[in-house]
Amino acid sequence: MSLLHLAGLIVGIFLVIGAICAIARVIIGPTALDRILALDVLLAIVLCSLGADMAINRHADTLPVLVVLAFFGVTGSISITRFISRREEP
Amino acid sequence: MNSDLIRDLLTALLLVIGAALSVAAGVGILRFPDVLSRLHAGTKPQILGLTCILIAVVLQNFTWSAASSVIVILVIQYLTQPISAHLVGRSAYRADNVRRDLLIADELASVRIAQDEDDDDDPGDNAPAPPAA
Repeated sequence: MSLLHLAGLIVGIFLVIGAICAIARVIIGPTALDRILALDVLLAIVLCSLGADMAINRHADTLPVLVVLAFFGVTGSISITRFISRREEP
Repeated sequence: MNSDLIRDLLTALLLVIGAALSVAAGVGILRFPDVLSRLHAGTKPQILGLTCILIAVVLQNFTWSAASSVIVILVIQYLTQPISAHLVGRSAYRADNVRRDLLIADELASVRIAQDEDDDDDPGDNAPAPPAA
């Protein structure tokens, strides 16, 4: 087991913990804004996991996927926050 | 051989730092009490973590094509993440999803009180103030 594979194990465990926390906040989040924020964090964790896979296995195949996700990841939160009503009961 | 070992060490270090920052974002977004503090916990580590992991990608694929794609990704993220964070914070404040007992300073309080007095039907964001009859 090389050094990079050991690092990959640690990175995988960390990213899974972060993703589980974000999904838990999506499920229990009291308002829509909490859910949007947690989905943003989940998207960033997906970007990080794709990048970690590229760095560990030494390929650059999913870089276009990262470019597209970085372009369009922001449109979700921007478009949803326009429709948050003024008084939303938590 | 030796330079490969140094490169692998640097890559492993950057990957672990990025993953630890992602864990910090996840735990913070689960544990913090209201939307604004969750915004603080969620948005800062994810930019830095993504930066660390993409630098690790460039270290392992040391070519111009990989580096240019990574620069494009980083510039887009740096430009768009503050926009979405600002919009989430703004609509949290306007929708009263903020716990005001946790705020130290609320510099928009006077604006908010003046707005509460004269909009019952919420004319929208950029609508001009209704003329005083």
